[in-house]
Amino acid sequence: MEGKNNIIFPAETLDLVKKIIARYPEGKQKSALLPILHLAQAEWKWCSPEVMDYVASLLSIKPIEVYEVASFYTMFHLEPVGEHVIEYCRTGPCCLMGGVEVYDHLKKRLGVETGGTSADGKFTVKEVECLAACGWGPVFQIREKFYMHLTKEKVDQIIDELGK
Amino acid sequence: MKILTEHIEVPGIETIDVYRKHGGYQAVEKALKKMTPDEVTEEVKKSGLRGRGGAGFPVGMKWSFLAKPEGVPRYLVCNADESEPGTFKDHYLMWKSPHTLIEGMIVSSFALGANTSYIYVRGELMYVIHILEKAIQEAYDKGLLGKNILGSGYDLDLYVQSGGGAYICGEETALLESLEGKRGNPRNKPPFPAVKGLWQCPTVVNNVESIAATSWIVNNGGDAYAQIGVGRSTGTKLISASGHIRKPGVYEIPLGITVEDFIYSDEWCGGIREGHKLKAVVAGGSSVPILPAEMILTTATGEKRLMTYESLSDGGFATGTMLGSGGFIVMDETTCIVHNTLTFARFYHHESCGQCSPCREGTGWMDKVIKRIELGQGRKEDIDLLVDVAKKIEGNTICPLGDAAAWPVSAAIRHFRDEFEWHIEHPELATQPGAVYMRPGASWSN
Repeated sequence: MEGKNNIIFPAETLDLVKKIIARYPEGKQKSALLPILHLAQAEWKWCSPEVMDYVASLLSIKPIEVYEVASFYTMFHLEPVGEHVIEYCRTGPCCLMGGVEVYDHLKKRLGVETGGTSADGKFTVKEVECLAACGWGPVFQIREKFYMHLTKEKVDQIIDELGK
Repeated sequence: MKILTEHIEVPGIETIDVYRKHGGYQAVEKALKKMTPDEVTEEVKKSGLRGRGGAGFPVGMKWSFLAKPEGVPRYLVCNADESEPGTFKDHYLMWKSPHTLIEGMIVSSFALGANTSYIYVRGELMYVIHILEKAIQEAYDKGLLGKNILGSGYDLDLYVQSGGGAYICGEETALLESLEGKRGNPRNKPPFPAVKGLWQCPTVVNNVESIAATSWIVNNGGDAYAQIGVGRSTGTKLISASGHIRKPGVYEIPLGITVEDFIYSDEWCGGIREGHKLKAVVAGGSSVPILPAEMILTTATGEKRLMTYESLSDGGFATGTMLGSGGFIVMDETTCIVHNTLTFARFYHHESCGQCSPCREGTGWMDKVIKRIELGQGRKEDIDLLVDVAKKIEGNTICPLGDAAAWPVSAAIRHFRDEFEWHIEHPELATQPGAVYMRPGASWSN
């Protein structure tokens, strides 16, 4: 099955999709929606309407069933994003550890406001709620990786490294 | 006394061979070969183990509610959607020692007669999901999962499910909706999941830490577990300690140590960071009432407060709080309570699923009103307005998120009203960078 604009998972991802669907009883394939949306976002960076329609076709569900779910869960990007999406935790414990100053520095360094993408398209900065890493704050996440005990200096190092 | 984390720092403990070398999977051997499912449930009942996700409901009793109609599958779902601000214990346990959870899942699934079980992990912890999936594969390879486990005739398939970033999915019926591929809107109860849960089948939902503890209970007996702790607070508890302490981290404590020991002993938090004084503590995750220094250390009747469900809630909400999920957030005198309360109010506003009007609208108003106080635009009547909004949310929603949103706001005003008043009366001072109100004569004030 292929979506619009040649949207189709590589063969090995399609195998994984089949394995994920097999985790649930017959007819309950909709349960695979969140795991497959994660695969789709890893593949295409964000969940465009075309990508969501493709996911719907894989699960034999209506596109609206994908849209209403993707728009409920904050991890799914419904707008294009930069190469690296930095998601920083804005909740209490990270703020106690100096999070606000560190995140202000991050945004200043990249010249963006929360939700924005740097001019070179490399970084998108998003604000998220608690990442369950409160004792290791301030914290941000880039894809699957957690960056903990952040300081302004550490932020600079990370941006230098990823910006290369 | 450590039950869950005894070997957590052993190099390679995430692999099945090292885990087994340290006594791992003995509970599976014992339960599946020498015990009946009812006998396992009986030990868990005797242990007095209470739900470690926050509600503290007895696990064995929850299990005994599970409906068992003929020919209908039953499910065990592990709630690993840990998202309550201040709480990071399940994250730590699964990351460091995934087999501790998997072993508990096998034992608990056996007790419940579930042949398919799921671990629902918040999507942000994708790296932990990979760790768990690798460990599950190891367990399959060793015959500890799959068909006819260890020749016992018991079959179990275990899968990890990823969430998508929604605190509400930690509420068990929202979690089940999410696992069915839907928005995480909590269900009306009854029916409870024990009767109609996942795909309308009988289901038990338990927290990571609760499930992990069942292995030790099988190995050592419910009575041995019940001997740890004080009164109805039996066993050990993982406490996630964060904030202005010398040693933030996850600690496994025997329930019943004093709060004072937990904060000041080098075995645990190691005291307040150098040169600072304790101002306040949120003891059980962001939703439980904040308490000022004196009240968290001592009950209203002058007893030393203990790390137990009962002692932390001693005095009700007037002078007490809750053990909750064990998310222990410590604040020193540099903390602005108004700002901290704002981050919590903003959190609940962001995380309300929007299903019930009191929560959807009320969390928005609380966020907005605290924000204008924080920004020096507060009005005299705002404090009472906040108390009123919180009251109107509390108890008027389908799920406990409404209460969880209301409590931190009403408690902050109950115990730190002067700080809110100062913000409203002296906006020029309160909006200075780093400005914090110092209560005259308070133990933390200079």
